[in-house]
Amino acid sequence: MITNAILILLLPLLAFTIQIFIGKRLPRKGDWVSTGAMFLAFFLAVPILIQALSSYDPNFKITQSWEWINFGAVNVTFGIHIDNLTAIMLIVVTLISSLIHLYSIGYMHDDPRYNRYFAYLSIFSFSMLGLILVDGFFGIYIFWELVGLSSYLLIGFWFEKNSAANAAKKAFITNRIGDVAMFAGILIIFTTLGVFNFEEVFRGIADGQLSGGLLTAAGILIFMGAVGKSAQFPLHVWLPDAMEGPTPVSALIHAATMVAAGVYMVGRTFVIYTADALLVIAYIGTITAFMAATIALVQKDIKRVLAYSTVSQLGFMMVGLGTGGYTAGLFHLITHAFFKALLFLGSGSVIHAVHSQEMDDMGGLRKKMPITFWTFLIGTLAISGVPPFSGFWSKDAILASALEFGMVNPTHMVIFVVTLLAAGMTGFYMLRAVYLTFGGEPRDKKKFDHAHESPLVMTIPLCVLALFAVGTIWWGWLEHLLTKPELSSYASSGVQVLEAGGGHPDVAHTAHKIAMFSSIAIAGLGILLSTLVYHWKKISAEAWGRRLKPIYTLFWNKYYFDELYGATVIAGTLFISKISSLFDMKVIDGFVNAVARITTRFAFGNGRFDIKIIDGMVNLVARVIGFFGAQLRTIQTGRVQNYILMALAAVVILFIIQQF
Amino acid sequence: MTVGLEHYLVLSAALFSLGLLAVITKKNAVTVLMGIELILNAANINFVAFARFIDTDLDGQIFAIFVIVTAAASAAVALAIVLNLYERLHSINLEEADSLAG
Repeated sequence: MITNAILILLLPLLAFTIQIFIGKRLPRKGDWVSTGAMFLAFFLAVPILIQALSSYDPNFKITQSWEWINFGAVNVTFGIHIDNLTAIMLIVVTLISSLIHLYSIGYMHDDPRYNRYFAYLSIFSFSMLGLILVDGFFGIYIFWELVGLSSYLLIGFWFEKNSAANAAKKAFITNRIGDVAMFAGILIIFTTLGVFNFEEVFRGIADGQLSGGLLTAAGILIFMGAVGKSAQFPLHVWLPDAMEGPTPVSALIHAATMVAAGVYMVGRTFVIYTADALLVIAYIGTITAFMAATIALVQKDIKRVLAYSTVSQLGFMMVGLGTGGYTAGLFHLITHAFFKALLFLGSGSVIHAVHSQEMDDMGGLRKKMPITFWTFLIGTLAISGVPPFSGFWSKDAILASALEFGMVNPTHMVIFVVTLLAAGMTGFYMLRAVYLTFGGEPRDKKKFDHAHESPLVMTIPLCVLALFAVGTIWWGWLEHLLTKPELSSYASSGVQVLEAGGGHPDVAHTAHKIAMFSSIAIAGLGILLSTLVYHWKKISAEAWGRRLKPIYTLFWNKYYFDELYGATVIAGTLFISKISSLFDMKVIDGFVNAVARITTRFAFGNGRFDIKIIDGMVNLVARVIGFFGAQLRTIQTGRVQNYILMALAAVVILFIIQQF
Repeated sequence: MTVGLEHYLVLSAALFSLGLLAVITKKNAVTVLMGIELILNAANINFVAFARFIDTDLDGQIFAIFVIVTAAASAAVALAIVLNLYERLHSINLEEADSLAG
């Protein structure tokens, strides 16, 4: 199984390497390399899931780790950790990713950078699979960043468009903010416990080596990473802009890879969150779910509606996790992955047909694109929480968990109420999208005439995903396999650990009943309202929009978050960078230039000293020697007789000297 | 009056001085060579005279004969040099042979 896991991880990396270097020269520009690698990874993931299912044990686990960095005291291992969650996520990611690869063959067929697109898809899948498989904070952080990078590459894939380049930048920077917090959280854990491995960290926390405020801080900081990656309030702004990427990429980001990473990470590290940290998670999730749902109510771009619905659904997941509904949150992550991929690919199919993302240009497409319509409708029903589709089961579980939490802690009942409202709005805006896109009369006749059903390579993934949006195949075994992990199970014996919540079976039972009826009711209400407004036209959307002008404007402008960040964070950053650049130019550069000038001056002086004094001395010696040489050469006449005369004179002189 | 050692030495000194004068003052290379011969013979007279008056064996005479032999040999070499000099300068004037001047 470990071999399978390693192969699953390395296959997309291999595909990426092949694609990036020789993809252009391969037949069909190598789309089959990436797609094949993903399908192969999927088929390798199946036995892992089968093993997990056949053991049917909540504690099913396969791990293997290798020593990676050893500094004596610091020993970092890198390993693979497979449990039920990993096994299921592997299937989800590989299946959705392969279907999106397949779909992309149709969607991207005439793109000039076709091979590079598939290379990026592969590296994206590789990053996400690595994130799922690793067994420690260190590894998860590496793949976390890789996910960020590959999403940047894909969102900015059509970088010729200014908006796409900006969106990529925005996504990357917004994510970085969360990542820095997450890094700080990891450092808190590492400095106190000295290990990165999940199990060892959990054990250390269970033994009380890290607790209280510091643990809460670490939990919230790590959750901030998920806030960035899973587009939670207040870092949700990048996700709707990420629509600038190709639609299959949006599907991948929204369903299987990027945004799932945050929720998955919170689920993976669930036991480190204290009650306070969980409360923060729950409230952030609530705010996100509600706010994004209200924005989605008024958007006109079909992909934007879906984007805000993703943000909202991610909020639901966080509510689930934050209120102690571990299973519920992760369950929603999995079901959402499938129906959101379905919805995005469906919208991609529509966009491919009418060459527009504005719902004002669509309408009446039901007859033209029956497969897309029916699969899209299934996805819509699933996300709205209509039984028996998958979204109903998972959202119901989240609402039940929120309600249970509210019943145990009545002050936090607001979480349930607001989440329920958001659930109702989900039904409304999704049905609105369906009516505006597929129902009624075509609003743009020319585009309607041009529209056609997408090729098989695009519709087959839709059908497969639609199958998974039917909920009954999920519930039951999933609930059993993804049992909420308890911190106490990691503790060495004898250490008492405080319970974070849960453990009220009677309350849970009541909560579940109420939640089920209320969620069906609110979803039905939302759908009914939507039908009244957009199908039967009993209520005029325009009139209500005018009547509630301020609220409509607020929603339409997405609560002015972009403007707010633009005026505060971005303007502030620009201001600081301007000051810094000024400081750099005037002070630092001035200092450097002054040093340079002094050096040149000094060098000039030095040079003159060298030329005048040192060289002068040397020349003087030479000249003195030359002078005497010139004097002496006159003796050297070359005439033999002179020499003899001189020798004679010398003898005479010697003779005279000897006499005295 | 008997001829003693002093007479020989005076003769030898006079001969030597004449030879030296010729060597230093004459411009003709051949004349200079002749001067050298005079110097050598002045030395020979000394050899013989000392051999006769101070050391009574035949060493001095034999030395004188050696000097004569080597003088003949060196005269041959010197004349060859003079011939070469003439070939180069078309003159045997020693004043003109000054190419080693510094």
